[in-house]
Amino acid sequence: MVAQPLSKDPQPAASSTRPVYEIERLSKTYARNKLVALDNVNLTIQKGEFVSVIGSSGCGKSTLLKIMAGLMPPTTGRVVLEGRPVVGSRPDIGMMFQQATLLPWKTTIENILMPIEIREGRKAAKEATTRAMDLLQLVGLGDFANVYPGELSGGMAQRASICRMLVSDPAMLLLDEPFSALDELTRDFMNMELQRICTERNATAFLVTHSLAEAVILSDRILVMRARPGHIVEDVRIDLPRPRTLEMINTPLFGEIVAHIRDLLGKEAHE
Amino acid sequence: MTDAPNAATMTTGADTVWVEHEAFIDRIPRWVAMTLLFVFVVGLWDLVTRMGWVSAIILPTPGETLADLIFVGQNLMSGGYMLEALWTTTLTVFYGFLIAVAIGFSLGLLVGETKFGERAVMPYLVAIDTMPKVAFAPLFIAWLGFDISSKVALAAFIATFPIVVATAAGLYAASENERMLFKSIGASRMQTLIRLKLPTGLPYIFTGLKIASVGVMAGAITGEFLGGGKGFGALIRQSASQLDTPRVFALILYLSLLGLLLYFTVVWAQRRFVFWNKSDRPGGAA
Ligand SMILES: Nc1ncnc2c1ncn2[C@@H]1O[C@H](COP(=O)(O)OP(=O)(O)O)[C@@H](O)[C@H]1O
Ligand SMILES: [Mg+2]
Repeated sequence: MVAQPLSKDPQPAASSTRPVYEIERLSKTYARNKLVALDNVNLTIQKGEFVSVIGSSGCGKSTLLKIMAGLMPPTTGRVVLEGRPVVGSRPDIGMMFQQATLLPWKTTIENILMPIEIREGRKAAKEATTRAMDLLQLVGLGDFANVYPGELSGGMAQRASICRMLVSDPAMLLLDEPFSALDELTRDFMNMELQRICTERNATAFLVTHSLAEAVILSDRILVMRARPGHIVEDVRIDLPRPRTLEMINTPLFGEIVAHIRDLLGKEAHE
Repeated sequence: MTDAPNAATMTTGADTVWVEHEAFIDRIPRWVAMTLLFVFVVGLWDLVTRMGWVSAIILPTPGETLADLIFVGQNLMSGGYMLEALWTTTLTVFYGFLIAVAIGFSLGLLVGETKFGERAVMPYLVAIDTMPKVAFAPLFIAWLGFDISSKVALAAFIATFPIVVATAAGLYAASENERMLFKSIGASRMQTLIRLKLPTGLPYIFTGLKIASVGVMAGAITGEFLGGGKGFGALIRQSASQLDTPRVFALILYLSLLGLLLYFTVVWAQRRFVFWNKSDRPGGAA
């Protein structure tokens, strides 16, 4: 069938892949309000894989992402990235949020170089300028290197923040609803850009979204999450061929996958 | 304006049922409006005093006031005793503002950046801020005497609080996402403060400085009213006690120039340093 319901431990797609992320028995209880945000989450992400997590608002997606990024400790469980446990922020992780969060007093190129400047200092940032320019070219912002973010549209600002994420060449991309503040047309375009970038760099990505179409068009696997407490109910493999195109949205296969996931998400609403 | 499907109706004025009219006040330039109001007020003032409806001791005629304005102006230009008084007040305001900025900014950092400051220091600051601070003037005079330092202290005391509050609020202003971004790229606390929180808070801090620049003038003049000395406030009080109302008016006008100078210096600095806040177009961190 199209969407094979897999157990919590999916098989690697090919023998050449190796795990980038290994998450075992991860639980998170917020001490402040004793809220169990995540309960026994197990997850392995292979090199080059694009994995999405979808679920209703408040089901713990951002919590999972923050723990994976080392921004917050889990209550119990193990998070291992590239063989080393995650205990704090890591330079091999690149992050993107719903807002572009470009600093308005820095030009586009200065914003993109900021992670390097903070980690390695001014000199290193200066040396990375050509690399940053190449990235800007890659997302079609070559002419906007020296303008301030106030001059950029929402889509352009998000593209700049993609560059900022990529400039330190991270092994892992963590994306928390990166395009959900954009209008639908821009969003489709940005999704295709993201796919292209990930394919080009063989990047491993983990995307939080609440758009079903976005998740299906981009992902190799979709984790369906449910709330109270947050847990993964199914790991859905997406067998659409690559590269994905927006036209695939109209194929029967796409429709079947969407229907299957909607069914999984819908069950929660009726419970 | 109308939802007519026929484009032709859009251009013909005949079928337009509702046309936007520009209000009269929107059509005259601002300087004309200001001049008109000025002429009207001075005219009314002239009428009221000329007809003797108000005693000359309470309200001098515009002519008398103008004469005194010129007299005081000449004294200031020729470096007379009034210039000396203005200089004394200028120094008071300047030192008061400097001290307020230094103390206010430091306390604002303490409150905005540390849990201790937020939990333990802030409640006391709020409590003191709600007091009428002018009431402390006799204390400052008792502690520091009748020379410039007691006035500087009162001026600084009044101007400190808006800066504390604005600095603390500015440090809180960075969004959750921006903080997470800095955390995720491994920024230290100092780096986050200097590269994110302070620049984000600058517009707030400048708003605090503007409020402080008004407060520091009020503090300096109140100090000079109550504590005597050689400042402009003392001159005003003297003239007022001699019922020389035109002189009081003239002195106040020149004094307000000092206030304006300080205020617009802050505004200029804000334009210079917070260049990105002019446009509020989407894209960047708001
Ligand atoms: N800092 C926090 N303290 C306490 N509860 C939190 C905190 N952050 C999130 N939560 C709660 O944890 C649950 C999951 O939140 P989150 O991970 O942000 O969900 P999602 O991203 O899926 O919308 C929600 O019920 C939310 O209210
Ligand atoms: Mg979220």
